[in-house]
Order: sequence, then C-alpha cells, then structure tokens
Amino acid sequence: MEQKFRILLAKPGLDGHDRGVKVIAAALRDAGFEVIYTGLRQTPEQIVNAAVEEDVDAIGVSILSGAHMTLFPAIKELMDEKGLKDVLLFGGGIIADVDAKKLADMGCGRIFGPGTPTPDVVKYLKEALPGKREKEQIF
Amino acid sequence: MDKDTVMNSQAKDTADSEHKKDFKKAMAEWQEKFANAKFKVDRKFTTGSMEEVNPLYTPVDTGGIEDVGPEYMNKIGFPGEYPYTRGVQTNVYRGKIWTMRQFSGFATPKETNERYHYLLKNGQTGLSVAFDLPTLMGYDSDSPRSKGEIGVCGVAVDTLQDMEIIFDGIPLDKISTSMTINAPSSILLAMYCVVAEKQNVPLEKITGTLQNDILKEYIAQKEWIYPPEPSIRLITDIMEFCAQNIPRYNTISISGYHIREAGATAAQELAFTLADGFCYVESGIAAGLDVDEFAPRLSFFFNSHLDFFEEIAKYRAARRIWAKRMKEKYGAKKKQSLLMRFHTQTAGCTLTAQQPENNIIRTAYQALSGVLGGTQSLHTNSMDETLALPSEKAVTIALRTQQLISEETGVVNTIDPLAGSYFVEALTDRLEQQAEAYFDEIEKRGGVLKCIEEGFFQRELADSAYRYQQELDKNERIIVGVNKYVHENEEIEIPILEIDEKVAINQVASLNKVKENRDNDKVSRSLEDLRKVIQTNENHMPALLECVRCYATEGEIVDIMRSVFGEYNEPPII
Repeated sequence: MEQKFRILLAKPGLDGHDRGVKVIAAALRDAGFEVIYTGLRQTPEQIVNAAVEEDVDAIGVSILSGAHMTLFPAIKELMDEKGLKDVLLFGGGIIADVDAKKLADMGCGRIFGPGTPTPDVVKYLKEALPGKREKEQIF
Repeated sequence: MDKDTVMNSQAKDTADSEHKKDFKKAMAEWQEKFANAKFKVDRKFTTGSMEEVNPLYTPVDTGGIEDVGPEYMNKIGFPGEYPYTRGVQTNVYRGKIWTMRQFSGFATPKETNERYHYLLKNGQTGLSVAFDLPTLMGYDSDSPRSKGEIGVCGVAVDTLQDMEIIFDGIPLDKISTSMTINAPSSILLAMYCVVAEKQNVPLEKITGTLQNDILKEYIAQKEWIYPPEPSIRLITDIMEFCAQNIPRYNTISISGYHIREAGATAAQELAFTLADGFCYVESGIAAGLDVDEFAPRLSFFFNSHLDFFEEIAKYRAARRIWAKRMKEKYGAKKKQSLLMRFHTQTAGCTLTAQQPENNIIRTAYQALSGVLGGTQSLHTNSMDETLALPSEKAVTIALRTQQLISEETGVVNTIDPLAGSYFVEALTDRLEQQAEAYFDEIEKRGGVLKCIEEGFFQRELADSAYRYQQELDKNERIIVGVNKYVHENEEIEIPILEIDEKVAINQVASLNKVKENRDNDKVSRSLEDLRKVIQTNENHMPALLECVRCYATEGEIVDIMRSVFGEYNEPPII
C-alpha cells in the first residue's frame, strides 16, 4: 500500500505572491499527498514549529521576493536544531541557478524555477521521500 | 410588393435614417473637436509607402453611410465621446503618445536616483517608483522583519530623507511620478508632497499616480497591513485631500494587473477590477463626497497578457462599462468622471526563465495590444525579470520596444484601428457580458468586501491559475521554450543585477543618522497628534504631513496606525 506523505507548504518573509504555492498545493493534493499550507508571512520559527507539530515528511518553501538566501538557511538551521534531519526541505520561486546550487550545498533539496511542470515536482517527491522514510525506520 | 411589406420598409427607412442622422451629426462634431484639439503630435501620419492615413476610420470609409448599423452609436461611437469604446480623448495618440513609464527602483535611494536620471536621459517620459517589501509592508529597514529584503525588489524608504534623495535633480512640476504603494500609501504621498514643498513646487502642479488600491491587495497581491474598513477610510481621506490640494493627481490606480498575475482570466481581471472601482466610488459617496469631485481622478491599471485580440477587446470593454455605470448607476454628471484612463504593464507571469531572449518578443506583442487598446501609459517588462531585477541593458531594450512601436510601426497613425473588426467587436461584447454576470454574482454575495472576507475572489483566482497550469502540464497550451521547442540542458546565461549586502548596511546606517539628527520630541508630539486624529473621523493627511516633515519614520507612523486600526489576517485558502 502506498504511504500518504505529508507536505508542509510555506510562504516565509514579507512576500505575498501566492499563486505558485497554491498551484503546487492543488497539484500535490491531486497526486495523493496530504498538504498543509501555512498561509502568508510566516517566520522561519513558525514554519519549523508547524513542521514538528504536523509531523511532515517535507517542507516546501515558496519565495519570489529575492530574500531566499536569508530565509532558506534560517529554516534549515532551525530544522537541524529541532532534529528534523529526515525532513526534506525543497522550494521554488524566483531563484537563480547559482543561488540554487549554494542552497543545495547547505543541504536543501531541489529548487524549482518558473515554468516547472507540476508533474516534475510530484515525481521528485515520490522519488525522494520513500528513501527518507526508510532511513527513519532504520533508526 | 404587398401593402405590409411597403409599410415595414418605410418604417425601417425612418428608423434607419434616424441612426444615420445621429451618426452624421456625431461625425461632424468629432471632426470639429479634432480640428480644434489643444494637443497635437508633430509628426507625419503616413504609411510606410508614404500614403496619407486618416486620424479615424468608420463604416463610412468602407461601405458608405449604408454600412452604419443601428447599434454603432450605442456600442462604438466616436473617440472622446460616450460610451468611449474608441478612446477617452478626441485625438488619442494623434494628440499625445502614451507615457513611457518603466517601473523601477532598487537598492538605496541614491542608486535609484541614478537609474531615474539614466532612464530620463534615454527618452523615458515619466517615473514609476518600485519600493522594497519592507516599505510596502510598513517596516523600517532596522526591523527584524526586514532582514534579507532591504532594497531587494525595490528601493528602501524609511524617512523623508530617502524621498529627497530619490527625486534629487528631478523637477516634480515637470515629471509625473507613479508610486506603487498601497497599505501605507498616504505616508509616501505625504513624503512626496513635502519633497515638492522643498523644491518650491506648488502642490497643484504635481502630477502622477498613487496606486493606493487596497482591495486588490486583499484579492491578489496580499500586501496589506490594516483590515479593510480603516484602509478604505485612509483612501477616502486621500481622495478628499487630493481633490482640494492636488487636483491633477490620480488618487487611486485601480489595478487589474495583480489580479491577472495571480491567475485571473481576462474576464475576471476586467470584472474584479471594475467591481473594486465601483466599491471605491460607493465608499467616496458614503463618506459624503460628491462623485464628480473625486471620480475624475480615479485611474486604472491593466495587465497585457498573451492573447493579442482578447486583451485589446478587454480595454475597449472596460472603457464602455465604466462610462455606462458611472453615468447610469452613480449619476456622474461631469464628462471627466466617465473616462477610464489606464496604465498597462505587460504580463510578468508570461515571462519565461527558459530562453529569456524570447521574452523580448512576447513583451513586444503585449505592448502592441496595450497600444491598440488605447493605453495612456505603458510599462514593458525586461527579458531577465523571471530571475531578478532587470539589468540596465535589459531595461533599455524594453524601453526601445515602446519607442519602436511609437516611431516605426505606424499603429499610432489612426485611432482605435481595430474598431469594426467582427472579431474584436464580438470579443468586446462578450467580455462586457461576462463582466456584467460577475457584477451580478458579487452583488448577490453581498458586495466586494463580503466577497473578500469569504474568499470568493481568492478561490476564483486559485481555480483559474490551477486550470491554466494543468493545460500547460498536458501540453494543451504551448509556451515556446517551456513545453515545446525546448533547449535540452539549457544553461541560463544572462547578466543579473545583484543587490549587494552593503545596501542593507548602508540603509540602516543612514536611518540611524536621521534618528540622531532629528528633533525627537517633535517627532513624538507629531505622532501623538496623528494618533488623536485617526481616532476621530477627521482627515488624517494634515497631521500625517507634520509627522513626515519632522522625519518620523514610515515604521513609526504605521505602528501608530496599527495600534488604532489593528492588523488584517487572511484565512489561508487552498
């Protein structure tokens, strides 16, 4: 039986552009994921706390304002502090390739840019998440 | 012919001759107004083959007076005449080319000032200020909430001093400025007024536009601070203050742009924007203002999306709907109250990160439909904007796109060149009907504010956005370079404007210096005075101007207002 993965979608910072995150929420839900959306303007603390409370498998962060190099590392750091080592952090927005590479070096997952077909995101999560779960079960 | 047929055809002839008579009279009046128009563009209006082009074409030019149908005067009419389908001025681009107004602002006030001087030197004809997110949301640069966002998607403004630097060497009586600011709009307007005072420019000489459209923030862009009711009160204060002091300033730019970017269809953009417009009109009337006192200064802002003819039809329908409702429903008497004047921006959401040079071509088509739709001013997006703020080269190409449409294509030679096209007229009618159906639905649901509260608009937009994405995912809709004609393993190599970390450090340092040098007692007194005023129904603008004059920060002012008005929280809807 297929597991139902839980995904927290989050909008940190002051950015209010929520078209993308809502499209992703609908696409993931239609693909069988359980989706929790934080709403706008969440601080990194609020996002990570929600991830703990909701016991999610992944956190998807949407940033279109250019503040990604401040907000992603802040979220990642808090995730490490709270022991969310097996939770996948991924994201999307207006983020240049050079920055996406830097974020990958810090341990973030894929960053999806404008024009990404939603099935790509679904495929990525279906491939990345089972591995994470298994690891969790071993420990 | 039998007797009945003869009688029918006689009756038909009389009716026919009535509307033809009306047409001839209107034509003669329009010709006279055109000949005596105050503004004229000094240029030859000929085709590429040096043939004369008339300023206006009507059915008479193809089939003679027999081709003038009974509905022509009701639905299409003449430029500058009710119902304004063909344009709000008598002479449109024969009188004045649209204002080329590139939205711009980044980093510190000094860097933005330099970009403005560069754009003006290159033939841009108006300014449009982009503020950074902390400024849009009412936070100072030293607030913890501003971290990572200072000067990133626009220029940082904390105090009057920043506005003095942004407009240094730019005469506010000669250059019109549009300011994209909504929740804290009255603060930035007050700062702009004080900059004018310091330049010795009387307020009645300033021109420009304040976006000041909070309704579309709740619906689409989500940059709000206070709940709807006090926000609307701030707006009616601005409308009243400007009507009395800055008569040539557009007090609200009622915006469909962001509604479209958030996923709306053309019909939804048209309907929700106009519904917002009517909501402001009703609020003004409810606040005791005379509709003809404030309506002439309401302006609009539309998106120009991919579908070329649908967009043109949208602008034409918008003018007609606005004029009809303002006259028939709100009883506006002044001609100026009926005119829908609008700014257009090409659709940011249609730009692609893939093969970014293609964006130049997309933007050119979108700009062309804005011009064929009769826009009063235009912003063309730069090719690199899916990745970051535009570089100087990209901005220059975007501005050149407009100059090329104006100078080379010949589309400005004649007014509303697509009128009478079966397709465009049918699309115009259909969009009008679709908008009317939405107005009924909104009314049935209890009005615009109720619809915001219940998430009606937000859900409509999210549904349209998802449907659009599904069509892309299934290849039912093609975007070149994204789901067809794709370059495998494309490396995106365009120079990107990066905002240095020093920007935030410098901006905070400059704010600290202002705080050290100002009279802090005076600041506290002016803020307390403001608090008292906003607790009453008195217009808050004079008290606000005092706060700004003594260099109170934007964040300090917003804190005072927030403590009185409270804060808005959106229930997340997915």
